[in-house]
Amino acid sequence: MKTRHKRLAIVAVVLLVIAAAATLILNAFRSNLVFFFSPSQIASHEAPVGRTFRLGGLVVAGSVKRDGVSVNFEVTDTAKTVPVHFEGILPDLFKEGKGVVAQGKIQDGVFVAKEVLAKHDENYMPPEAAEALKNAAKANEKTAASLVTSK
Amino acid sequence: MIPEIGHFALWLALGVATVLGIVPMVGAGRGRDDWMVLARPCAYILAGLITLAFGCLMSSFINSDFSVLYVAENSNSALPIQYRIAGVWGGHEGSLLLWMEMLALWMVAVSLFSRHLPRPVLARILAVMGLVSVGFLLFMLLTSNPFDRLFPIPPDGNDLNPLLQDPGMVTHPPMLYMGYVGFSVAVAFANTTLIGGNLDATWARWTRPWTTVAWLFLTIGIALGSSWAYYELGWGGWWFWDPVENASLMPWLLGTALIHSLAVTEKRGSFKSWTVLLAILAFSFSLLGTFLVRSGVLSSVHAFATDPRRGLFILAFLTIVVGGSFALYAWRAPTVGLGARFALISKETALLANNVLFLVSAGAVLLGTLYPLLLDALGLGKISVGPPYFDSVFMPLMAPTIFLMGVGPLARWKEAQVPDLARRLRWAAGVTLVAAVTTGWMAGQIHLVATLGLIMAFWIFTSVATDLWERIRPQGGGLSEVRRQLGLLPRALVGMMVAHLGVGVFCLGVVMVKTYEVENDVKMNVGETTTVRGFTFKFNGIREYEGPNYTASQGEMEITRDGKPVTVLHPEKRIYRVQQNPMTEAAISPSLTGDLYVSMGEEVEGGAWIVRVYVKPFVDWIWGGCLLMAIGGALAVSDRRYRRKQGGAA
Repeated sequence: MKTRHKRLAIVAVVLLVIAAAATLILNAFRSNLVFFFSPSQIASHEAPVGRTFRLGGLVVAGSVKRDGVSVNFEVTDTAKTVPVHFEGILPDLFKEGKGVVAQGKIQDGVFVAKEVLAKHDENYMPPEAAEALKNAAKANEKTAASLVTSK
Repeated sequence: MIPEIGHFALWLALGVATVLGIVPMVGAGRGRDDWMVLARPCAYILAGLITLAFGCLMSSFINSDFSVLYVAENSNSALPIQYRIAGVWGGHEGSLLLWMEMLALWMVAVSLFSRHLPRPVLARILAVMGLVSVGFLLFMLLTSNPFDRLFPIPPDGNDLNPLLQDPGMVTHPPMLYMGYVGFSVAVAFANTTLIGGNLDATWARWTRPWTTVAWLFLTIGIALGSSWAYYELGWGGWWFWDPVENASLMPWLLGTALIHSLAVTEKRGSFKSWTVLLAILAFSFSLLGTFLVRSGVLSSVHAFATDPRRGLFILAFLTIVVGGSFALYAWRAPTVGLGARFALISKETALLANNVLFLVSAGAVLLGTLYPLLLDALGLGKISVGPPYFDSVFMPLMAPTIFLMGVGPLARWKEAQVPDLARRLRWAAGVTLVAAVTTGWMAGQIHLVATLGLIMAFWIFTSVATDLWERIRPQGGGLSEVRRQLGLLPRALVGMMVAHLGVGVFCLGVVMVKTYEVENDVKMNVGETTTVRGFTFKFNGIREYEGPNYTASQGEMEITRDGKPVTVLHPEKRIYRVQQNPMTEAAISPSLTGDLYVSMGEEVEGGAWIVRVYVKPFVDWIWGGCLLMAIGGALAVSDRRYRRKQGGAA
């Protein structure tokens, strides 16, 4: 092989590796994006059925019911409320009336969470939860806050 | 008074850094010796001033001076002394000061160990680092002064975030920053040669040890962070693909690529401009990491108070440094030349492929980390990219990398033959297959993906062994000959082998723990038992006790195997008194073949607790592997050739 051909071959190999990697990455990327939905969006059936997504909002005060390892609670954006089911141990900073983000799927009207995200500061509001509250407040200013402080 | 001294020292440091950034640089351009000689004293004075400021802040922490806002926010009079010291970098302002302190230490190291460098080169290197200091000092003084006073003085401080009250806090940030900032040396060397236009193998030899030292600190820093997360967050994960972790992984990936391409540039004079580009990229990603973590665009344990001015400043700084370096590169790199030629099958090609793969991996991590931020910033909705993405991208990218890791060291420079390589590695390949399948069988079940992972691990072990054997094989002299040959191996080569073995150990740990771990969340009454993988865990109940600044509920878990006692673990649930946050302290019984991991969930009716009972086979090999990589780096740096003549070893 001439030197020029060798160089061409090396460039071709490098490009091939990059192309293969890019295909792989973009494929994995598309199938692993997790979208975020608020309780209001779920109520209006915007959230996908059978696909994993994230739900954010506030834990409704007094809604947490434990039964052995499984736990049920409700998440609200002050306009709408979604029941959540989770099996396992909740993060240390999970509290009634505080912000929460859960990842999972909708099954028969219940959000079955695979994961409830730990937050590191009690005053910290997950941005997703904050966003959900803000949007709901905009949509319906009258019902705001009454749900959160009930009980 | 002490905080004012610290504050004043920072302003003085800014002045000195400005002089350091300009005078020696201009002097080097004009050939003025009297301007260039200023570089070293300036660097020492700068380091002295920063250290003084650092000491002032530490003294305010130790003496619990809550008239300083930053101390009041991050400390408390009941905080144990070691966490008061670590509290210095427990928040935003202090971690910037730590960043600066590390940069100062690197500058002192450069001026101490680079006396043999030509004067203009050293002057420019220190000047570039001085300019970086100017940026960071301005940032600190204008947006995040750690010495701001607070009035009225609060009776007590707000306490350090309980998550950070851990020995990991004392070691993880300094190590990580040492690594991050260390790449500034590589970029200073790179920019210097671009300005001077004298990029050659000597340049690579100067840069190599510095890069390796930065890389090894970064490796240790990341490993410490990972093991800390493992035992502190209480749910047994060791890597979460959290954006902040990614921010430290990207410079590591690029640094690893840089180390390898520097080897080619030093030995063969090839890849010169590519190496310079990698040096610039590695430091850019360190800065990007700082930007991501410190600007508040990410929310996590690492992100502090959000202040848009700060983010804007770092972004502007990032643009100047990165943009400036790239502009310089675009302008000067064409003069650098292409270097020696090599054949399609050769060590050079293997290392080039290594570089491409590491670069692509870093790109994949970048995409997964920044895309959600970008969508959010453009108002296109909130998404997240989870671990499945990174897992499914990383494994296929690392597989060819690791294959090459076996072949590359054995391939000859310039031109290698495939049949020759295949012949030399045939034993390695055979042993690898047998060992991988046997290990899977012994672990209880042969699993396709796990076997692939095990093949990767054993391939590294066997190919390193082959490489070593070829070098020390006795040619008639017997055992004494082997010993003599071993003594003759250059440290750099031994370092490479040890670091590669570390990667193998790391792979083995990851595969074993991912495939064979058992995670059980169970409800346990006092006296109840549960059995996981042959280990019987018996819950003996809870006792309360008072720690220095927290109240703990400590559980007792007795572990037996076939009726014989193994160990007793004491996991805790703590409530830190000041912030009233609950914290989980896992209890771990480590061993070479795996950890037993117990952590307390929450109390349910009748004194029963929900408990995590995990068995994590080979998990410690993950960090052991990282330690080996770092030791390999240290061995490589101690090689004799860096200490001769134009050395620059740290």
